[in-house]
Amino acid sequence: MKEPKKKSKFLDNQKLKDLFYMMKKIRLVEERIALEYPKNEIRCPTHLSIGQEGVPAALSIVLNNADYAVSTHRGHAHYLSKGGNLNKMIAEIYGKKSGCSGGKGGSMHLIDKDVGFMGTSAIVGNSIPVGVGLGLALKLNKTKNVSCIFLGDGAIEEGSFYESLNFAVLKELPVIFICENNLYSVYSPLSVRQPKNRNIMDLANSIGAHTYYADGNDVINSYTCLDSIISKIKSEDICPWFIEFETYRWREHCGYQFDNDLGYRSVEEYEKWKKRDPITLFENNLKEYFADFDLSQLDQITDKVTSEIDVAFEKAKKDTYPEKTEAFKNIYSNEI
Amino acid sequence: MKINNITFVEAINSALQISMEIDNKVICYGLGATDPKGIFGTTIGLEEKFGNERVFDTPTSENAMTGIGIGAAIAGYKTIMTHQRLDFFLLAMDQLVNGAAKMHYMFDGQLTVPITIRLIIGRGWGQGPTHSQNLQSWFAHIPGLKVVMPSTPSDAKGLLLSSIFDPDPVLFLEHRWLHNSIGEVRDGDYRIPLGKANLITKGNDLTIVSMSYMTVEALIAQKYLEKIGIAIDIIDLRSVKPIDFSCIINSLRVTGKILVLDTGVSTCSIASEIISQIAINHSNLLDRPPSRITMPDVPEPTSYGLTKDFYPRANQIVERVCEMLRIEGSKLIDEMPVISPHDVPGDWFKGPF
Ligand SMILES: Cc1ncc(C[n+]2csc(CCOP(=O)(O)OP(=O)(O)O)c2C)c(N)n1
Ligand SMILES: [Mg+2]
Repeated sequence: MKEPKKKSKFLDNQKLKDLFYMMKKIRLVEERIALEYPKNEIRCPTHLSIGQEGVPAALSIVLNNADYAVSTHRGHAHYLSKGGNLNKMIAEIYGKKSGCSGGKGGSMHLIDKDVGFMGTSAIVGNSIPVGVGLGLALKLNKTKNVSCIFLGDGAIEEGSFYESLNFAVLKELPVIFICENNLYSVYSPLSVRQPKNRNIMDLANSIGAHTYYADGNDVINSYTCLDSIISKIKSEDICPWFIEFETYRWREHCGYQFDNDLGYRSVEEYEKWKKRDPITLFENNLKEYFADFDLSQLDQITDKVTSEIDVAFEKAKKDTYPEKTEAFKNIYSNEI
Repeated sequence: MKINNITFVEAINSALQISMEIDNKVICYGLGATDPKGIFGTTIGLEEKFGNERVFDTPTSENAMTGIGIGAAIAGYKTIMTHQRLDFFLLAMDQLVNGAAKMHYMFDGQLTVPITIRLIIGRGWGQGPTHSQNLQSWFAHIPGLKVVMPSTPSDAKGLLLSSIFDPDPVLFLEHRWLHNSIGEVRDGDYRIPLGKANLITKGNDLTIVSMSYMTVEALIAQKYLEKIGIAIDIIDLRSVKPIDFSCIINSLRVTGKILVLDTGVSTCSIASEIISQIAINHSNLLDRPPSRITMPDVPEPTSYGLTKDFYPRANQIVERVCEMLRIEGSKLIDEMPVISPHDVPGDWFKGPF
């Protein structure tokens, strides 16, 4: 079903600030990466989430560190939303020693175990069953937590998606699939990849998942829906869930540039989505629905985020590369 | 310490039971794991004993079930997954190669993936091109994986227990022709280290390096060769990744001659790897060119007629050893019984698997 438009009564001042903080953090981190990228010091494929900040920001205030998450090639936002360490992520993107994967992973292989962020994969569909396996572990442990699987609209075309969702439904695992449908897989629109009259949520529903569809650029709505779904999983054992969020990436699939000149999508389409910028939408919503909210707080948050980012980039640039001998370590846990 | 004569299948079953008894984080699943046949009998009784949360049948979803095993493993479980044919597991190469094999490395040691994947390999009885492949060298090729190929019931048990409790992903290849073999197996928990070969017969004339079912054929050959005074070192590899080169080299120092047997096809095989490393690093120890006996470089055909003389057996080993030692061996080979039918390990084998 399509969701009705309503604003949560449960969003207090702190939560509103937290939502803004995370969206702004993701946006400004990605923009800084875009700024630095042409200097060639960042030397790995990088997929930015600019335009898609709403969903990860909403999740950032509904998950806790004992919940798990796994993600994809486009994973910066998800890592940050789960509470992943910013300095370590930027250092990883720069291939530095203090990177979250010691320089062995790069932008597409991020991890922060301390906050339950169990890794991202550069292979489309690869992390989906891993997330289900984490859900299986949670169920066996009998703890009230969830495993959150981030995936794109392209990933649902992989066999691993069907296999994984089937198993999650079969075993009623505490898993939530967060599908950010940004309409494209690289340059390929949905129309060349999936049948016209079938939407993704319905597909998931037909496999047996509980499903929901939401505007992923509306962070308040995304939060409302995720908050109630996560609590259904945790307190009522109603699971698994598949949520389709509509959203849009602004820049090229991989890299830092805008690529509307290529012609695979129209400028009108892009402009339409840009008007629905999750951050601007949120600011408008604040004015409209949360009259008590002191808007000057937003500037303070932006300043805080900016200085965190300055520190992270400064540290990452200054940090050394790992010794080249490190390349030969950690192939096995017990070297043989 | 009690020793029992039990089958390879019973030894596997015993290892599974022990692992699940001593560690409640061990989970065990696979297509057919809880059906009446229990994967050739290897998983019989586990569900009754340990419950259907820890032991379960699965959807026919090899790729996802591998990823699910990985996910459980990084969350603290020890996953044992079984496929009735290695060939079915080929649908899971993404999860194995991009996932299990890489996670420890690409997250710089922060994740470990204690997953054991039991794969049944074989030959003969019409298994044909897609139900019999011995692809150990595929797995051995991937840094991050360990590959184990036991040849006796006792080794099967000790190696499986080590595999289950090893922190890294292990491919455990069971040859269908060994499943009904009987051997002495110790009671209780014991471990045989991964990566260490076993010198099973001692002799100064030639070194045979072997694995899995081919070790059975090697032993038959060795008994015949003994009759004419030829003494063979048979090294059973136990693990084909990593390969215990120091064991091989120690033997080679004495014999100067090496014949490697492999259950797979020849190109890029484990046999190739052993021979290339010896040739590159230890050619001074060789007083003959090294040699290998493998499956031919073709898909395995199905028909009884087409598989005649297809499978390497003991007489071929005897012949090759005689050639290498420049001994006339035809009389000895004539003495060896012709194995008939040629496509089964023994009378007990009635198919369909
Ligand atoms: C198995 C596999 N096939 C193809 C690719 C190349 N590839 C990288 S990202 C991507 C797009 C995936 O689209 P989607 O899942 O919608 O994620 P998005 O990039 O839109 O966030 C593709 C096809 C890959 N990495 N892995
Ligand atoms: Mg997409």
